[in-house]
Amino acid sequence: MYDDTEISREIANRFDIERRDFLKFCAAMAATMGLPKGAEAEIVQAITAKERPSVIWLHFQECTGCTESMLRAEHPTIEKLILEIISLDYHETLFAAAGHQVEAAREAAMKKNWGKYVLVVEGAIPIKDGGIYCKVGGKTALQLVKEVAEGAAAVIAIGSCASWGGMPSTPPNPTGSTGVPEILAPKPVVTIPGCPPNPYNFLSTVVHFLTFGALPALDDKGRPKFAYSRLIHENCERRAHFDAGRFALDFGDEGHRKGYCLYKLGCKGPETYANCPSILFNDVGSGSWPVGTGHPCIGCTEKGIGFHKPIHALADLQNQRPPAGYPRVVEEQGTGATLGAIATVAAVGGLAIGAGAKLVGNLGKSESDQDSGKQG
Amino acid sequence: MVNHPIPSEVASRLRKPKAGHAAVGGRLLSPFTLVLGALIAVAMYFLAQRFIHGLGAVTNINNGYPWGIWVVWDVVIATGFACGGYAMALVVYILNKGEYHHLVRPALTASLFGYSLGGLSVLIDLGRYWNFWHILSPTYAQPGSVMFEVAVCISLYVVVLWIEFSPAFLEHLGMKDVKKTLNKFMFVFIGLGVLLPTMHQSSLGSLLVVFGAQIHPLWQTPLLPLLFLLTAVCMGFAIVILEATLAAVGFKRDIHEELPLLSKIGKIITGILVAYLVIRIGDLIVRGAIFSVFTSGVKSVMFLIEMAAFAYPIAVLSSPTNRRRLSKLLAAAMSMLTGAVLYRIDAFLVAYDTGPGWHYFPSAPEMMVTIGVIAIEVLAYIVFVRKFPILPGHSTTAAAE
Repeated sequence: MYDDTEISREIANRFDIERRDFLKFCAAMAATMGLPKGAEAEIVQAITAKERPSVIWLHFQECTGCTESMLRAEHPTIEKLILEIISLDYHETLFAAAGHQVEAAREAAMKKNWGKYVLVVEGAIPIKDGGIYCKVGGKTALQLVKEVAEGAAAVIAIGSCASWGGMPSTPPNPTGSTGVPEILAPKPVVTIPGCPPNPYNFLSTVVHFLTFGALPALDDKGRPKFAYSRLIHENCERRAHFDAGRFALDFGDEGHRKGYCLYKLGCKGPETYANCPSILFNDVGSGSWPVGTGHPCIGCTEKGIGFHKPIHALADLQNQRPPAGYPRVVEEQGTGATLGAIATVAAVGGLAIGAGAKLVGNLGKSESDQDSGKQG
Repeated sequence: MVNHPIPSEVASRLRKPKAGHAAVGGRLLSPFTLVLGALIAVAMYFLAQRFIHGLGAVTNINNGYPWGIWVVWDVVIATGFACGGYAMALVVYILNKGEYHHLVRPALTASLFGYSLGGLSVLIDLGRYWNFWHILSPTYAQPGSVMFEVAVCISLYVVVLWIEFSPAFLEHLGMKDVKKTLNKFMFVFIGLGVLLPTMHQSSLGSLLVVFGAQIHPLWQTPLLPLLFLLTAVCMGFAIVILEATLAAVGFKRDIHEELPLLSKIGKIITGILVAYLVIRIGDLIVRGAIFSVFTSGVKSVMFLIEMAAFAYPIAVLSSPTNRRRLSKLLAAAMSMLTGAVLYRIDAFLVAYDTGPGWHYFPSAPEMMVTIGVIAIEVLAYIVFVRKFPILPGHSTTAAAE
């Protein structure tokens, strides 16, 4: 076990937060990654270590949404922690300096920590026409990422753009936007896709690296398995409606307002792997993720789905198939007799009774004629 | 133009003396057949709508009332109307009353169309009609289901009817050897032709027993299968009287030789109807449901009309003098048929209450389809009777030329 008093002092000195909040943060990180009991202690030790790893954060074709999402993580002190745990030596959004000054800081940090720093890439890299569509300090994104990646101990691609091209690569992809793993191959790259990704998936990956000196288990697309191994559809709070065949068919219709399944509105949950329904966003409680608020999942963590398939297009179901027919949201219960229907019944009935009566009458008449003929 | 005269050698072969059958001949085109054609055209238009846009576009059926007039009339009632062949076969072959023999073939013709179109109507009414063949595939069979019994019996009976009826074709086509061979095995099909309708006409009642409390107590009873069977047999006999009369009037045929037989059939109807009413009212009393006869609103009204329509034939036909009059026989038969039709509509639709908020009344297009199906039956009957040796041949008039 860790030394409780020493930790308390360390935290009080360095992070300016309550010891209790800090321990809660570490436990939350361990839980997010599904680490065994006792791992939070190792995290505490790693974070409180004096030596902070240098992080270089590059921005290319992106909207800074990933950074914004990180900064707005609602644990009261999270941005403080992330800025204190690591030594953020280069980040365009967060740096007060600009121009050659900040480029010099990057080069100095690289030189000092060669082979040890962590490279985080936010945004896609255009490769068309020699990569001239994105330049920072006179260098193309292509040059920069290759240059910085060379001395990096680990490369993390944050967001869908860096992971596989994301929004800038939407067909017809005019700048040839490409994800980092493709450019740096065969160098391993951890991808944290999402638009924006959940900040805890990124933080957990970083903390895992700091704690164990190694990256978490990854899937074939470089995504940490703890976050991207399960279908959204299988953990969705609306799944029961899917199974019962209750679907929202229009935005704002009764089924939509009642929280029915969004599959028929084009929800990509059935073909998208992410932990959104499990850990939610912004720490504000239940329902705080796209599907929870009534918008179909757009599949932002999946290459070939997010920014590729139209939002209204039906997802390809990976396992369960829905029934061929669905009950309606508003069930028609029938209207009873209409004027036309009653008129038809009356006409047909009248005709049948009339014809029958006429026939019987005529027959009766001819019979009585015959009878009287016999008598007469 | 449409008049295809039968070749004289065939005609002379067909025009046999008494007790044989003969084609009526004559023109097919008449104001009446033209009206029938127009009704069929209207029905075909709405059927096209149904197959392009689905059941909801034409019918008023809903998830609470998955059966509408198409099932209740075209299947439940039409197969009842088509019990003429069944009823006559019962009398001739099972009770061995050979005197009725020449009434069998016209009755069989009506049964043939009634059942064939009843089977086709199921296809129209099935939401996913392309799965229709599942009924015939043993791998899909669910032998515990009442619906399965109805479906299998109707499908098989349609086949049996065509076989029973085939001698009429074979005669016309001059295939005497085939007819001879077939006649050796005909008893099998005649047996089936009595067994299958018995099974499924009673199953139509069992279908409703399964519905339990959703059927009003005036109709819901464990005896429903028996009541449905009795009314089916009665409908079969009544339709024989109706057909004979209509054929006589429509084709201007002399019916005097058939009249004594029709009188006897009238007597049979009276007997069955008395049994039916005793069982039905006795059952109402035993179950205590008799008290809702006057207290159930529209259902009570329908019940009383139904009872009156069943009681009238008994009152009329209990007098032997009336039984000898074609007009009285006809009035009784039509009243009996009205009662039986209402019984089936009431039991399947009026008495059926699946819960608050659900309504059903057939839409006009829905009824036009049903009327069109009836028109097809009547038209086909006319064509067959004019072209094939169906009706008793003793009174063929100059119409054959």
